[in-house]
Amino acid sequence: MDSEGRRGLTLISPPLMFAIALLAAPLLMVVAFSFWTQNYLDIDRSFSLANYHEAWTKPIYQALMMRSLRISVLVTVVTVLFAFPIAYYLSFHVHRRKALWLFLITIPFWTSYLLRVFLWKVILGYNGVLNSAFLWLGVIDEPMTFLLYNANAVVLTLAHAWAPFAILPIFVALEKIDRSLLEAAEDLGDGPVRRFFRVTLPLAMPGVIAATLIVLIPTVGDFITPRLVGGTDGLMISNMIQIQFGKANNAPLGAALAVSSMGIVASVSLMIYLIGKKFRGKVE
Amino acid sequence: MKSNPFAKLLGLYAVIYMAFLYAPVILLPLFAFNDATIIAFPLSGYTTKWFDVLWNTESLHVAVKNSLLVGVSSAILSTVLGACAARAAARYNFPLKRGIIGFIMLPMVLPEIIVAVALLVLLMQLGLPLSLWTVVGGHVLICVPFCIAILTSAFNGLDHSLEEASQDLGESRWGTFRRVTLPLVMPGVISSLLISFTISLDEFIIAFFLTGTDVTLPVYIWSQLRFPSKLPSVMALGTILLAMSVLLLILAEWFRRRSARKQGADASSTGGFV
Repeated sequence: MDSEGRRGLTLISPPLMFAIALLAAPLLMVVAFSFWTQNYLDIDRSFSLANYHEAWTKPIYQALMMRSLRISVLVTVVTVLFAFPIAYYLSFHVHRRKALWLFLITIPFWTSYLLRVFLWKVILGYNGVLNSAFLWLGVIDEPMTFLLYNANAVVLTLAHAWAPFAILPIFVALEKIDRSLLEAAEDLGDGPVRRFFRVTLPLAMPGVIAATLIVLIPTVGDFITPRLVGGTDGLMISNMIQIQFGKANNAPLGAALAVSSMGIVASVSLMIYLIGKKFRGKVE
Repeated sequence: MKSNPFAKLLGLYAVIYMAFLYAPVILLPLFAFNDATIIAFPLSGYTTKWFDVLWNTESLHVAVKNSLLVGVSSAILSTVLGACAARAAARYNFPLKRGIIGFIMLPMVLPEIIVAVALLVLLMQLGLPLSLWTVVGGHVLICVPFCIAILTSAFNGLDHSLEEASQDLGESRWGTFRRVTLPLVMPGVISSLLISFTISLDEFIIAFFLTGTDVTLPVYIWSQLRFPSKLPSVMALGTILLAMSVLLLILAEWFRRRSARKQGADASSTGGFV
């Protein structure tokens, strides 16, 4: 190895060691745990698939898993669809003070996550902001109860929480588009709609895919939002993982649930990535 | 292009969207100064008593102290580790470079509950007690990728001929780093410190799983959310935190731009990290 390579490796080794110790080792440990079983106070270390059998066949875990996936996919679609026009507006219609706009978009994201979720509860609740405003305006006669404690509330809250993560990658992709390509499409007779679908959108696809993955993966793992605004119909798999590691005191089952949900998320992500790649391949 | 109706519609959409983004945040100061124990409309009057409650809550002060300790330690550790990685990535070619950097950046895309559960399992196996330091470990793990993202652009903008010139003029490698490289990337370092401190200060899931009896601020807030009578003072606390975060971010952004300007790059075009 040349001296440059050695120097680079020496320099990278402290963060690498740290990541091996606090990331690789723990992840491997979780996988190992998922094959062990809990015997009241101690752990039986013989290999067993019992946890996975329970995680994949018991109706409650199946239902939670399916619901988590459904909610996460819905959150992702809603977040990305609503974020795209904003990113488009920033990239194509804002000419000065772009940085200020980006800064304003990220500020709400830096306030305490817990409090943001809690405030949605305040907005959507029985005596909440929306209900009291509509009552005062006379639009409704009694408070609406369908706003809070269901899956829709979870979707809305998460779509709010992850908005900047969707806007930024799409914005970056749109900024990279060579504006002369758009003029060329126009000169060759494409109308604005055709131009958007045949040039702009395909070129922005890497950003859209990145945004999709950035939103999808962490939302599966969120347990605060379902706990606070989801009610019983909005609970997700991460709530169950948390319960297994906490009150239920069955860490191996929790580990199996965590590994299973990660596996599902990883395969869905891979699918999205490949579809996105194919879509992009068609234009190039 | 300016006058077309589509652009106007898009502009209107942008305004509505921003209102949606700010809706919960605006409620925070509103209820913090509201003279009522119930968090609901209509507002009843102006008061600062919820802030006084904060001054007299001993358990809150302990949580703040814990959070500051965790935040400062996490910020320093993750910036040092991030600087090593960013410098290596920007300056050298070495075997498996993409794989190693990708692995270190992995926590950015992992759900936090997975990181938290994994660390918890490892600690349980090693028989190590949970404490504020285990929280610091988890926070450094998730902060390092952000530090690398900020510091890589700082190191990338560095003109290597300056370092070469310094060494040609007889400075040692360490002397060059201390007297040439470090001052040039200093704004990036400060920006990285501030961002990782802010992330750590607000992080809940990892802290919730990995802390023992010492709670950090978000864990304390979580415990307070169960008691309706405590909510107005939580709103006041949130208002203070919001003001602090915004201040730190403006500082971080200012340092980042200064670093970009120092290196002659166009500061405004990309918007940088935030």
